[in-house]
Amino acid sequence: MARKITAGRVGSPLGFTAPPSLHSVFARGEQWVWFSGAALAGAIILIAGLLLIIVANGAGTFWPKSLVLVERADQSKVLGIVTEHGVLREETPGNHVREVPQTQFKVANRDLFGSDFVWHRDETLAQASQPNDAIAMERLENGDFFGFLKSIKNGETVVATGDEAWRVLEDQLPAITSLRGQISTLQHDDVGRINSAIRSAELDIKREKANAGARSADVIAALELQIVDAKQRYEVLTAQVGILQSQANVWAAVMETADGRTKEIALSSIVDVWRPNQMGIRAKLKHYFRHAWSFLTEEPRESNQEGGIFPALFGTVMMTLIMTFACTPLGVITALYLREYAKQGLVVRIVRIAVNNLAGVPSIVFGVFGLGFFVYFIGGNVDRLFYAESLPTPTYGTGGILWASLTLALLTVPVVIVSAEEAIAAVPRGMREGSLALGASKFQTITRIVLPGALPGILTGVILAMARGAGEVAPLMITGVVKLAPELPIDGQFPFFHLDRKFMHLGFHIYDVGFQSPNVEASKPMVFATTVLLILIVVGLNLAAIRLRNHIRRKYQMGAFN
Amino acid sequence: MADFTPHTPDNSHSLQSGHGPLFSIPARHHRLDFVPKIKVNGLSLFYGKAQALYDIGLEIPAKQVTAFIGPSGCGKSTLLRCMNRMNDLIDGVRITGQLLIDEQDINAPDLDVIELRKHVGMVFQKSNPFPKSIFENVAYGLRIAGGSSQTALTEIVERSLRRAALWDEVKDRLDSSALGLSGGQQQRLSIARAIAVDPEVILMDEPCSALDPIATAKIEELIAELKSSFTIVIVTHNMQQAARTSDRTAFFYLGRLIEYKETAELFTNPSVAQTEEYITGRFG
Repeated sequence: MARKITAGRVGSPLGFTAPPSLHSVFARGEQWVWFSGAALAGAIILIAGLLLIIVANGAGTFWPKSLVLVERADQSKVLGIVTEHGVLREETPGNHVREVPQTQFKVANRDLFGSDFVWHRDETLAQASQPNDAIAMERLENGDFFGFLKSIKNGETVVATGDEAWRVLEDQLPAITSLRGQISTLQHDDVGRINSAIRSAELDIKREKANAGARSADVIAALELQIVDAKQRYEVLTAQVGILQSQANVWAAVMETADGRTKEIALSSIVDVWRPNQMGIRAKLKHYFRHAWSFLTEEPRESNQEGGIFPALFGTVMMTLIMTFACTPLGVITALYLREYAKQGLVVRIVRIAVNNLAGVPSIVFGVFGLGFFVYFIGGNVDRLFYAESLPTPTYGTGGILWASLTLALLTVPVVIVSAEEAIAAVPRGMREGSLALGASKFQTITRIVLPGALPGILTGVILAMARGAGEVAPLMITGVVKLAPELPIDGQFPFFHLDRKFMHLGFHIYDVGFQSPNVEASKPMVFATTVLLILIVVGLNLAAIRLRNHIRRKYQMGAFN
Repeated sequence: MADFTPHTPDNSHSLQSGHGPLFSIPARHHRLDFVPKIKVNGLSLFYGKAQALYDIGLEIPAKQVTAFIGPSGCGKSTLLRCMNRMNDLIDGVRITGQLLIDEQDINAPDLDVIELRKHVGMVFQKSNPFPKSIFENVAYGLRIAGGSSQTALTEIVERSLRRAALWDEVKDRLDSSALGLSGGQQQRLSIARAIAVDPEVILMDEPCSALDPIATAKIEELIAELKSSFTIVIVTHNMQQAARTSDRTAFFYLGRLIEYKETAELFTNPSVAQTEEYITGRFG
């Protein structure tokens, strides 16, 4: 009977298993396994922690938190949401430092109190309750309002008081909200259309004057008539808006704050009103999703601190898509030339190193280049050639979504080149030879065999480029991003795509709301919510690209490449 | 007769080759009992400074199977790859001497390589189906050439697959990926792909080296059938295979053609000692 070979592993005469000693642990490199495992775990903890903090803070933004009514020792009352607990370090006589626990409340009513937030020492707080009739209100201006509803007025007459008042408020609010929608449609779309008609007529007049043809006078007269007509329509519209506004402004809610002051708030300035202490879990969920939805779909208000972020969302996605469509072909064609056509030698090596280094250039440098090259040089020339009549007002000669996207495309193109080159090199030599041996030209081999085979790998590069580009802010700040863009880059006005327009971007929005707003504390939840959204968008765009890649990979069954 | 060039080929340049007398075919090779399809005259090949082939001269008969045998690195694959100019793909390759197919110098500067490769098909050592469907793999050569209607394509694909003895196995899944086929099937697909463009010569570079005996037997049967229509040159490590499949055999050693004659004669009565040592397994 032959000796069992496996016996060696379980302590056999063959002696494969030395007694475990520290020396042998090091010899086997065990410590490196642990070391690299620990490094991985550390990285995962960091990433997960970051995501957790952002999501935990961002996701809670729209949850209707309970309003607490606190009586202070000096009989004054505070109504608000508990936002933070902290410690105040206070110097007492005799150089002692006393730590005083304190609580931060969001008391809203910025117009009355001057600030949304207030700190109170815990020792001054006597008694807390959650009154059922406490009302939270989101207003068009001056942020939230917390207080109690006294009565509802129509004009000068009091219509309802007490519980009845809440019912009337809930009844009237939807009608007034829809009235407000009508007004904003009139102001935005219709007035916008009239304005652009006037603008284009004025430009035509300018051009006509410059040409000074035989029939210029007639044409100018006709255009001037058009302008007069448009201005008349504008007057009519303004009157219409005035009527609607006065209708909406008739209703008002008389509110009382915790410290007994009353405030009359027009219903037309109320975005939403709710009684958080009375809401069940279902009502709260409904509230949560309604507010999350309006956050996604509405325009920002009050210097971006309130309202939605739709323009920024739209701008981010559109910019990322334009960037992708610009950098992918450029990167792939470059990689093809470098890998397939260029003679491999010193020059190609230098180009390759330069491309790799390009990926490491600070993004602001790309921004400055984009400003100088795209905006001033190309944009300026485009204006001189095609939009001369509107000069000195620049059309393309100023920052815009197209230039910002192209700048980012330059920034991300090295990523695409490097990964496309690797993917192209990974297409097996045998496949190219097989194609060439059948009488295919080099170009046919590239388009029919090499590119389809390299596509999954190229898409991996595109995904990386998108992830990098979507989160980039610095170069955008000088090539077309603005704090508040009145119009989207795509709308219903001819020619529908307005690539010359400035746009909003989530990354810049975070910077602006979080660090440039007058009331940083109040906008903190917005910052977190916006960050969550930006991350979601990057993840979403990546998932879409990954799905596409997997689809292609399945189609070609090329497990060997990625 | 294949015509690779848009106009009359001009072979004069290769007559200046400085490697001995040009038509230096040893007397024992020079029989006129076949029509030569491919003629190799004083061919030497260099990879940069290293010489891989030394003054090769041989004539390959039309519509027969010619086997190249020899130990690894002896240059047999390199010579094979000269015949459809696959060596062009490698940087730094330099060829002197002449390689004529149907009396045309295929290294002539005005020769259309793409046209040449349409006439000289190749089957590789490692099966290399394209990441496409089985149908598209076979139709590939026709599609890139263009000009075939869909009905013609369907017909030619079926005929090629039948001739490659693969039709019955794949006729129900022509649209599924060729990468799902077994190794032997993939190799027969490569053959079907090569014959679909109707070449005159098929070069086979160790087509069975990665296959099991059953798949190998199928390929060998196929070779025997195909030689009625094509001139086949096969490189093989397997001497039994050379003996079974080929009509003529060339033995290479260290970049030199040692012996070239009818297969039966070479294996039973080698005239050079090195050949005998190799075929009897004393080295290699």
